[in-house]
Parts: sequence; C-alpha cells; structure tokens
Amino acid sequence: MSAVLSITDLSIEFGPKGSGRTVVDSVSLDLTAGRIQGLAGESGSGKTVTAMAVLGLLPDSAKVTGSIRLGDTELLGMPTRQLRSIRGMRVAMVFQDPSASLHPQITVGSQLTDHVRHHLKLKRREAKERAVELLARVRVPNPEEALSRYPHQFSGGQRQRIAIAMALACDPEVLLADEPTTALDVTVQAGILHLLRDLVAERDLAVLLVTHDLGVMSAVADDMAVMRHGRIVETGTREKLFRDPEHPYTRELLEAMPDAQESEVL
Amino acid sequence: MTTATKAARSRTRGSALPRYILQRLITSVLLLIGVTIVTFILTAIVPGDPIAAALGEGARENEATVAAYRERYGMDRPLPERYWIYLVSLVQGDLGTSIRTSRPVLEELAVALPATIEVAVASVILSLAVALVLGTIAAYRAGRLPDQVIRVLSLIGLSVPTFWLAIITYRFFFMELGWAPGSGRLSPTLNPPPQVTGLYLVDFAIDGDHVGFIDAAAHLALPVLVLSLFTVGLLTRFIRTSVLEVLSSDYIRAARAKGLPGRRIIGGYLLRGASLPILTMLGIAFGSLLSGTVLVEAIFAWPGLGTYAYNAAINLDLPAVMGVGLVVGVIYVGINLVVDLMYSVLDPRVRLR
Repeated sequence: MSAVLSITDLSIEFGPKGSGRTVVDSVSLDLTAGRIQGLAGESGSGKTVTAMAVLGLLPDSAKVTGSIRLGDTELLGMPTRQLRSIRGMRVAMVFQDPSASLHPQITVGSQLTDHVRHHLKLKRREAKERAVELLARVRVPNPEEALSRYPHQFSGGQRQRIAIAMALACDPEVLLADEPTTALDVTVQAGILHLLRDLVAERDLAVLLVTHDLGVMSAVADDMAVMRHGRIVETGTREKLFRDPEHPYTRELLEAMPDAQESEVL
Repeated sequence: MTTATKAARSRTRGSALPRYILQRLITSVLLLIGVTIVTFILTAIVPGDPIAAALGEGARENEATVAAYRERYGMDRPLPERYWIYLVSLVQGDLGTSIRTSRPVLEELAVALPATIEVAVASVILSLAVALVLGTIAAYRAGRLPDQVIRVLSLIGLSVPTFWLAIITYRFFFMELGWAPGSGRLSPTLNPPPQVTGLYLVDFAIDGDHVGFIDAAAHLALPVLVLSLFTVGLLTRFIRTSVLEVLSSDYIRAARAKGLPGRRIIGGYLLRGASLPILTMLGIAFGSLLSGTVLVEAIFAWPGLGTYAYNAAINLDLPAVMGVGLVVGVIYVGINLVVDLMYSVLDPRVRLR
C-alpha cells in the first residue's frame, strides 16, 4: 500500500542558525490509509512539533528541512495561502485539550461549520445538516440541539468528540491526533479511542497518533514509532514493538508502563 | 429534540439571564445611594461658607440677612435632616437650585451633560477603532519593527499631558493653520438643532440638516483628537497584550488548523477571545475621558460638564457641585452596569452564574 502522507528526513531547528536547538532530527514516517501510526515518546521528544510541521503551524522562528509529501504535493515550503486549502480540508488535526481548543464564546454549530462552508462552499443549511450527521456519528447526544450550545455546556469527553467531528467535517485523508485522550478521564479515554478506531476503518483515514501513553498506543495503533531527543529510535508494527522491542529505550519505556498487559485489553 | 429537553432549555435560558441582570441592577442602586451620601458629605464638610460666597461684601456683615439666607437654603437644619430632604427631592427629580445662576441644577446639567457625552463617546469610538487596528498589528508583528513603532507611539500618547496637547493643538490647527474651529460646539451663525438627544451630531442627523452636521463635526474634531490620543495609547497597549495572549491559545491554533483565512480568524476567533478584557478596559477608558475632558473643555470653550463643574466649584455653588458629583457617579455606575451586561452577552459562561 502506498503512503498517503510521507515525512522524509524531517529536521526542525529553533532559534538562530548555527546556535539553534534541533528538536526534530531526520525523522521519516509514512502514513497509510486505514491505519493508525502511533508516535510515542516522552514530553519534549519532538512528537508534537513533528505533527505541527505537517500543517505548517510552527512559528516563523522554526527552521524546517526535509520533505512532507501529501500524495504528490510537497507541503514543506508551500505558501500559507495554498496551505490553507489543505488544512482542515485534506489534513485535519485534533488537539490535546478540547476545553482549550474549542473557542469558549462560539457555539458548537458555528465552530463545526465555518471551515466547511469556507472549504466546500456549502450553504448554511447544508453545512448544518452535515454537522448534525457528524455529531450523531461521534455520538454526541441531541446533535440538533448541541449546535446552538457552547463548549462549556458539554463534558470533557463530549467536547473531544465534537473536536473530532470538527476535524472530520471536510472529509480529510489524514488526521493528526495530538494526545487526543491525555486531558480526559481514563474511563472516557476508552470511548474516544474506540471511536477513533471505528472512524479510521469507516473513512479509510490515515492517522498520526501522537501520545506519551503506551497504553493508548497499544490499544489502537497499527504501527508504532518511538521517538527520543528528536530522533526515531525504533519503528515497527504494534505487535512487534510490544513483543520484541530491539532498542534499549523502547524496552525501558515498556518496563515503565504500569500494567502493560492489562491496558492491552482496552 | 424532545419537548422535555426543549422546555428544560428554555427554563434555564429564561431565568438565568434576568437573574444576572437583576443582581447587577440591585448592586447599582446600592452604589448610587452610596454616591449620594458621598457627594452630600463632601459638600457638607468642604471648607468655605457658600452663603458668604453668594452674598456680597455688605450683606455678609448683616447677620439677619445671613440667617435668612441660611434658612432659605435649609442650611440651619441638622445634617441628617438635610440629607433626607436632599434625597427626597432627588427622587422627585429636583437637584436643587444653583446659587450662582438661580436656575434649577437639573436644567443646567441637561444642557452641559450631552455636550460632554458627545465628546467622550466620539473619542471612545475613535480611540477603539484606531487602537484595535494598531494593537492587533503590534501583536501580530510582536518584537518586529511595526510593533516597536506602535509601542513608541502609544507610549507618547500616554505620556503627553492632555492640557499641553490641547494648547498646542489649539494654537497649531486652529490659530496657525485654521483647519478646524477651535471653540464652542457650533459656529455662531448656526442655530442648535431641535433637541432630541442633546448630541448635536445625532440631532442634526435626525433633523436632516447636513450643513449643521458638518459644522458640529468640525467643532468636535480638535477636542476629540486631543482627548483620543491618551485613550488610543492606553487601549493600544492593552489590546496588544490581550491579542498576544489569545494568539498563543489553543483555539487560535485549532482555527488555523481548520484552514480558515486570516481575516476570519481575527474577526471571529481572535477579537472575540480578547473582547472581555478589552471591554473592561474600555469602561475604565471612558471614565478617564470624563475626567480628562475638564481641561480640554476649558481650552476649547466647550460648554460641557467640565466647564460647568469648574464654574460651580470656584463659586462654591454647592447644589451645582453636588449635581455634578451625582451625575459623574451615575455615569460611572452606569458604565459598570453596561460593561457587566455586555459581559453576559459576549461570554456565554457568565450567563449561567
């Protein structure tokens, strides 16, 4: 199967040239349709920065080299104007904390539809119908009513479901999920992960799942990459990495994981 | 949607907002009573005898005359009684009679207040418009040249004394260049518009008199310019900070990740997110405008509250001074009330408290 999104030799440096700090060092990853690529590592290892680089969301002070290809299109160095037609449209993102990533003063309906109307040139009514369908799909209760409510009127788990619906609204090929369950209760996490799993199968999505939580990783990822100090130290299928880790750091991580066996049950 | 949830929703919507408004209204009334006490006591303990000030040199010597005057203005009665009389007449819309002009204070304030409101509101609108643009540009270009320039400009705006700027502006734009009129609200050749709001711009517009409108606008130009400079400086710095904070928030990143164009992010997400602190600051700025207007009115011969307060104070015209104090108090309480109510409009989370 060919890759939907290919990251090749990606390096990211912050600060002045020469004396800058390299936070991502020659990272290569392929995302495939219908599969979840996990990217694990402790905080500060460069996982989130890698995901942000795909959408060109890093500050101007970041120097990014290498290649990020979406199909035949090179995303690195693409002018912002062009990138905007990719963001949300072909590559979408879900953030860590839905209570921060949803605007508190804007209704759920309007946040779910503004980019849909912009990208797909849908009428207000059509966009609204689409939003209701999506909310129903991610199992937010009373979707019709939910549209006119504000994010604080939902629970954390429902908010993340709304954020996922928002990301999928334009039917993207790639979903970047940055610690999508970290801010949630453990009991709610499982529901979100199940949903993610189902959506990937349904929509043939290619997902990059960034997390520091190997429990989450073992529950949903098909392929895994372990990152440390900006470098990928080991890649492989989930089974391989969990059963037979080669790199000492991967082994270290697995040993540090509480009740590794149980969380696989998820 | 089931009918049950519909009903539940209209219940929360229906009761939460009025209760919030009711609470704020009650607070405002209490504050207003406090304002009356403060203005009353301040004028009661002020050094100087208003009767002596009102009477001439000869009459002051005559004790019978002084006593008659004291009785006429109720100055011979005990303080609590005087306050009670003051409060009762206040409720009836009677602010007393000016000792200086022998006209009802309310009538005089009704003329002076709109003149000041007009300058202050025009300045707030102008300042906000300019500061929103400058503050947002500065935040977007934080640390770079446009930001540096805007920060220096706003610092200048904050540092220049308003009275000095008023004098310079008066000399330069009115006396030297003659670009704009420098005194009064209207050219002597024109008649004021039929009074509806007391704001000349609005009243001329209602009347459909465009000659008068342009003349009134021209007279507003210099005082508004002078008053706005400080407010622009104040608001620009503040908006820059607020916008900068919102810019680094997750929901702006999320809006960018959705591929929304820049102007939509600024209008829909950014400024809405920064609107609450800006609103608070706007209320404070409006208050500072009202105090700044005293000196500006003096220089531009603007017949507003500042001029009135000044004349009342130097003549120890106590009813007039109390009237001004009360009006300013009411305006401050009113601004706070409006800001609070706007909060509940702008931030859905406030409504449920």
